[in-house]
Amino acid sequence: MIPLSWYLIFAAALFCIGLYGVLARKNAIAILMGIELMLNAVNINLVAFWRYRAPDMIAGQAWAVMVFAVAAAEVAVGLALFISIYRTRKTIAADEINLMKW
Amino acid sequence: MSLETILWLIPLPPLLAFFIIFLFTYRNRGLSHWTAIGAAVLSWGGSLYLLWQALGIEHFGEHPITVSIPWLPTGITWLNIGIYFDTLTAVTLFFVAWTVLAIIVYSVGYHNYGKPKGDHDVPGLPPHGATVTDAHGHKKTVMSIEPMYARFFGMISLFAFGMYLLVVTDNLLTLFIGWEIMGLCSYLLIGFWYGKPSARNAMIKAFMTTRVGDMFMLLGIVYLYSQTGTLSYQAILYNEEVLAQLASTPAVWGLFGLSAAGLIGLLLFFGTIGKSAQWPLHTWLPDAMEGPTPVSAMIHAATMVSAGIYLIIRVFPLISAGMEHGHLTPTMVVIAVIGTFTALFAATIAIAQNDIKRVLAYSTISQLGFMVAAVGIGAYVAAAFHLVTHAFFKGLLFLDSGSVIHGMEHGVFHTGEHVDPQDMYNMGGLRKKMPITFWTFLIGGLALSGFPLVVAGFWSKDEIFADAFAHRYWVVFITLAVAAFLTAFYTGRQITLTFLGKARTRAAEHAQESNWVMTVPLIVLAFFTVTVGWAGIPGDFPIIGGLIPSWFHEFVGSSLLEHPEAVEFSFVPLLTSLFVALGGLTLGYFIYRKVEAGAPDPLAKPLGPVYTLLQNKYYFDELYDCLFVRPSKWISEQFSYYFIDRKVIDGVLHAMGAFVGFFGGFLRNYIDKPIVNGLGDFFGESTKKVGQQSRLLQSGRVQQYMIVGLATLAAFVTLVYYLLVGAK
Repeated sequence: MIPLSWYLIFAAALFCIGLYGVLARKNAIAILMGIELMLNAVNINLVAFWRYRAPDMIAGQAWAVMVFAVAAAEVAVGLALFISIYRTRKTIAADEINLMKW
Repeated sequence: MSLETILWLIPLPPLLAFFIIFLFTYRNRGLSHWTAIGAAVLSWGGSLYLLWQALGIEHFGEHPITVSIPWLPTGITWLNIGIYFDTLTAVTLFFVAWTVLAIIVYSVGYHNYGKPKGDHDVPGLPPHGATVTDAHGHKKTVMSIEPMYARFFGMISLFAFGMYLLVVTDNLLTLFIGWEIMGLCSYLLIGFWYGKPSARNAMIKAFMTTRVGDMFMLLGIVYLYSQTGTLSYQAILYNEEVLAQLASTPAVWGLFGLSAAGLIGLLLFFGTIGKSAQWPLHTWLPDAMEGPTPVSAMIHAATMVSAGIYLIIRVFPLISAGMEHGHLTPTMVVIAVIGTFTALFAATIAIAQNDIKRVLAYSTISQLGFMVAAVGIGAYVAAAFHLVTHAFFKGLLFLDSGSVIHGMEHGVFHTGEHVDPQDMYNMGGLRKKMPITFWTFLIGGLALSGFPLVVAGFWSKDEIFADAFAHRYWVVFITLAVAAFLTAFYTGRQITLTFLGKARTRAAEHAQESNWVMTVPLIVLAFFTVTVGWAGIPGDFPIIGGLIPSWFHEFVGSSLLEHPEAVEFSFVPLLTSLFVALGGLTLGYFIYRKVEAGAPDPLAKPLGPVYTLLQNKYYFDELYDCLFVRPSKWISEQFSYYFIDRKVIDGVLHAMGAFVGFFGGFLRNYIDKPIVNGLGDFFGESTKKVGQQSRLLQSGRVQQYMIVGLATLAAFVTLVYYLLVGAK
């Protein structure tokens, strides 16, 4: 059987890829995709820990489902925001959206 | 009602009248004078009822009615307020009630009630007359009503209240309160016509001069209180133990070798000197003639000066405490000397005065001197008797002189001739024009000069002479006899100049008798001027003695602890008083009977400089002006104002101001600006700078923030991990 650590390493790798995408990409949609990757890395961790540590409890799966729901909602709101920003600013490059700057 | 209740109530109506007049009826003249008269009538009725009752009580003198209630707490004890009704109170109330009532009624006429308003009259000046057109279309000037009519009646009611309070009270404190109320009222009423500078000066003079006496009197009261712990008459004056103790205690610091009683008596006597205008504080009384004549009558008969004599008679047990075998106490000697001297001194001045009221003023001082001298030689009853008769005849004389002046003013308005209506040299022949005034004045004048048998003044003055003679006080006896001679002389002069002979001015030719409101009080007072004397005819007087019971001596004398014995009758004082009275009057008549208009005083030439000296009242006014008035003015101006106020006080203030300004500048420039402001600015500026620097962090790039956040988180987690896990 594949040991738990493999899953954890995989999830950490996925999280780092997602983090890199969030920090390094300019396109806001790509950042959103990075966030999705990070969320999924968390999900893998949740499910892996559930399977290896407390398989008789349902909490791990339930948490993973809740994360799906949050991620879906987040994407929906996030994309709506980007469309709205694109309409006014004609761009969705993250470093050009600097209205909060001093 | 019981006697006590009535006695409590006696002073009340005039006080109420005062408030009612000033608060409610001020604009209504008729209502105002009816209020004053009504109040006077109530007090009058009460006083007469009390006297009537008192006469019916057996041994009333030994058992006076007295009630007192605690009033002011003074820590351990109480100051009481109460009433004291003995024979002296009864007879004093009697003359006060009659004279006050007569004066107030008379004032209605004197202030021209019912006459038109004056053309140019202003409050604060005597009325100047009004022009009216009669039925035939002729214009003429008539008297006009007093502009401050109601004010007069309000004040005179308060005056009466002060006197009633002083008479019925049972202790020296409330007596002093009444005394000071009268001081205030005399001030207000002497200066009633405050538009005249002379009236203003007179009012201030009266107030200040009596104040000198009052100050000493207050000291006496305080000293008495500190010695005995009470001010009640009953506990001090009619208590042998207390009197004996006071008489044996030496005075504080052993002043003049007096006993405590002697010093207290002397201090209280200073109050009398001021109030009853004895030398050397006599100067205010003649100047008090600036007030309306009813006020003069009020001051001279019913209230002010009588209060002074009342006080000295009241405290007689105190001043005579320690008197043994007929030897006078030192205090009594002082009193006798001052009284005797004043009697003669004022009488000499009176013979050279031309103003009808001033002559009377000096005669009052002189007569008060008689009373004071009588108290001084221990003739307690004689002093009280002369006080009563004097109140009646002097009240009468003043109201008469007011009537004369009124008649003369009428003549002045009628003829348009500008003469002084008070100068006797402008009068003459008024006997036919003003018969009632003449006859009543004659009665009053005869009483003043001691005309034998018919008038009261004779009996009372005779009693003083008899006392002085019987106890062999020759100096007092002879001086008073000379004073009485002069009194008769100037009274003869006054009557002759005013009423007899021919009119010396056209105004006098057209003088007119006053109306009944003024003459009825005159007749009433004249009646008493005659009859009051009958109460004191000595029982052993030849022929008429004993016809009428001589109750006055027994009645008043009985209130003393040691009843004074009536002096034995002797012909020497009787003949003396007969001689001086008749001689003086006759001489006065013959010297002045043919004075022509514009002629100088017949005495002016033979007396020469002495006459000028007398006319100028021995220059006492000028002397006091130099001694007291000018130095105090100089001190107040040069010293108090220019030196103390302008230089010292202002200097100190200015120096303080400059110092404070300098110190403030120092604080501002060296403390506030650099330190406080600098600190505030530093914080503000540095906050601003930090903000300016740190705002650069706020790039607005979300991804940068996230990197920073991530790095921080990583660092933090590492730290926590190291601390929690790595430390183990």
